[in-house]
Amino acid sequence: MFEDVRDLYNATILERGRRPRHMRRLEAFDVTAKGDNPMCGDRVQVWVKFADDRSIAATGFDARGCEISKAAADLMVEAVAGKTAEDTKAMFAAFRTLAQTGACDDCAEALAPMQPLAAVHEYPSRVKCATLPWHALIAALDGQGASTSE
Amino acid sequence: MSQFDVTSIRAQFPILGQKVRGKDLVFLDSAASAQKPRAAIDAMVGAMETQYANIHRGLHWMSERTTEAYEAARDAAARLLNAGDRHEIVFVRNSTEGINLVAHSYGRSVLKPGQAVVISAMEHHSNIVPWQMLRDAHGTELRVAPITDAGELDMAAYEALFADGKVGLVAITHMSNVLGSYTPAERIVKIAHAHGAKVLLDGSQAVVHRKVDVRALDADFYVFTGHKLYGPTGIGVLYGKAALLEAMPPWMGGGDMISSVTYEKSTWARVPHKFEAGTPAILEGIGLEAAIRWVEAIGYDAIAAHEAELTEHALARMSAVDGLTIIGRAQDRGGVVSFTLDRAHAHDIATLLDRAGIAVRAGHHCAEPLMRRLGLESTARASFGIYTTAEEIDVLADTLTKVREFFK
Repeated sequence: MFEDVRDLYNATILERGRRPRHMRRLEAFDVTAKGDNPMCGDRVQVWVKFADDRSIAATGFDARGCEISKAAADLMVEAVAGKTAEDTKAMFAAFRTLAQTGACDDCAEALAPMQPLAAVHEYPSRVKCATLPWHALIAALDGQGASTSE
Repeated sequence: MSQFDVTSIRAQFPILGQKVRGKDLVFLDSAASAQKPRAAIDAMVGAMETQYANIHRGLHWMSERTTEAYEAARDAAARLLNAGDRHEIVFVRNSTEGINLVAHSYGRSVLKPGQAVVISAMEHHSNIVPWQMLRDAHGTELRVAPITDAGELDMAAYEALFADGKVGLVAITHMSNVLGSYTPAERIVKIAHAHGAKVLLDGSQAVVHRKVDVRALDADFYVFTGHKLYGPTGIGVLYGKAALLEAMPPWMGGGDMISSVTYEKSTWARVPHKFEAGTPAILEGIGLEAAIRWVEAIGYDAIAAHEAELTEHALARMSAVDGLTIIGRAQDRGGVVSFTLDRAHAHDIATLLDRAGIAVRAGHHCAEPLMRRLGLESTARASFGIYTTAEEIDVLADTLTKVREFFK
C-alpha cells in the first residue's frame, strides 16, 4: 500500500523528515525569521550566520510540522550554503517553480539538493509545506522577522 | 445500522458513487462541509429551470413563486429550531456571519464598554475573532471559560466568570468541531440568565446531529450554516428572540432592509428583513429548505441513533490502532473524532489517507487556541454524516495501521 506516494515520500524525504541533520538553533547568528502557515499551523524558524563576504556561512532551523516541511528545510540548508542573498533569492524563485510544476527551465545545478521534492507538485495542498522554510529564510535575509507561505 | 437503511440514504447522494484516485470515496470530512442529497440538488436546479426571479419586489408571477419558495425556507428553519415565530429567523451567509451580526449589532448597541463576553476554550475562530473585534472597537472584555482535559466545559469555572456581574453575553459552541463534545447548553443558558446575561449558541455542528429546540434551551441567539446540514453553501441562519432582534440596529444598509429612504433619513424594514440587505441567496435558501425537509423526513431520532452507533464503533476501532491517540474524551459527544499518530504528522496522515480514497481534515481546524490548550499543533479529524457506514470506519482504522507502518 501507498507505493504511489513514494514519488513524494521517497527515501530522502523520509530520512530528512524524520532525522533532519540541520535542525538546530544557531548559537551565534546574524539574522533570524519565523515562517508560519496559518492555514495548517506549520511553523518554522530559521537562523543564518554570514561569512565575512556576506555569503551564508551557516543555517539552522527549528520546525514544527510535517515530514515535507522538515525535509524541505533540511535540504534547503545544504542548498544555500556559501550562497549570497541574491543567489538564494534566485534559487527560491526556481524552487517555487519546481515545487509548483515539477520542473524548471533554468534549474541551476545549485538546486539539485531540492530535487527530491520535485513530486510535491502532484500534491497541490502540500506545496506550501515545501516552500515554508524558504519563505522564512528569505524573510531573514531581508531583515524581516516573520513570513507566511500563504 | 439499525435505525434506518444507510444504503438507501447513500443512494440519494450522487457524489458518493464517485471514485477518488480509482478507489471508492470514503468521505469522513462532513464536519467541514457535508455532501448534498438529490433532494437539495434538484430543488435548486428545479428553481433555476422553472421558477426563478428576484424576490420580495417583483409584481409578477415568477417573482411571487420564487418569493414563496424562498420564504418557505424561513418556515423550515423556524420549524427545525422550534422557534416561536418565523420572523425570528434571519438569513445570513453562514454561522460566521450570524455571529458577526450579533457582535456588531447587539454587541455595540446593548453591551456597554466594560461588560464582558464569555466564550469557551473550544471555540472555532468564527466565535472568537468577532468578540475580539468587539472588544477592541467597543471596550468590552473577553473571557474564556476553560475546558477539562477530557474536553468538556468546566462548569464550575464557567459559573465563576459571572461573579463580578459584568458578563452581558455568553457565546459558546453547542458542539465542538474538534473534540466532538456537546456542551450542556441548557445549563449554560440557565446560569447565564440567572446572572442577567444573554446567550448565543453556535450550532454549526450540533444542528447536524441532534434535535435543537431553541425554546426548550431558552437560547437568546442560535446560529447554524446550511452547508453542513446537507444544504448548499452561502446560506445560514441566525435565530434571535423577537424582542432582542427588534431592539437591535441593522448592521448592513441597502435594498430590502428599508421601510423608506430619503436623503435625510431612512427607516428600517421590520424584523427579520432589516438584517437582510440586498438580494439574498435565493437559490441557496430554496436548497436549504429542501435539505431541512429531507433531514426532517429521516428524523433526528434515527440520525442520532445512527451516529451514536458509528461514534462508538469508531472510538473502539481507532483506539485499537497502535500509536493512535484520540483527542477529547467527553461523555456527551458526537461523530467528530480528532486523533494523532505517534509516528506521523497530521498532514502526512491526511495525504496518505487521501491516496487510499479517504477524505479527512488535518490541521488546527480553525481552533488554534484550543490546539494550544491541548498542547498540540494539529490533529487529523474524521467526522461522520448521515451517510457514513461502519465499514468506512473499518477502512479508516485498517488504513491508519498501514500509515503507521509506512512511517516506521
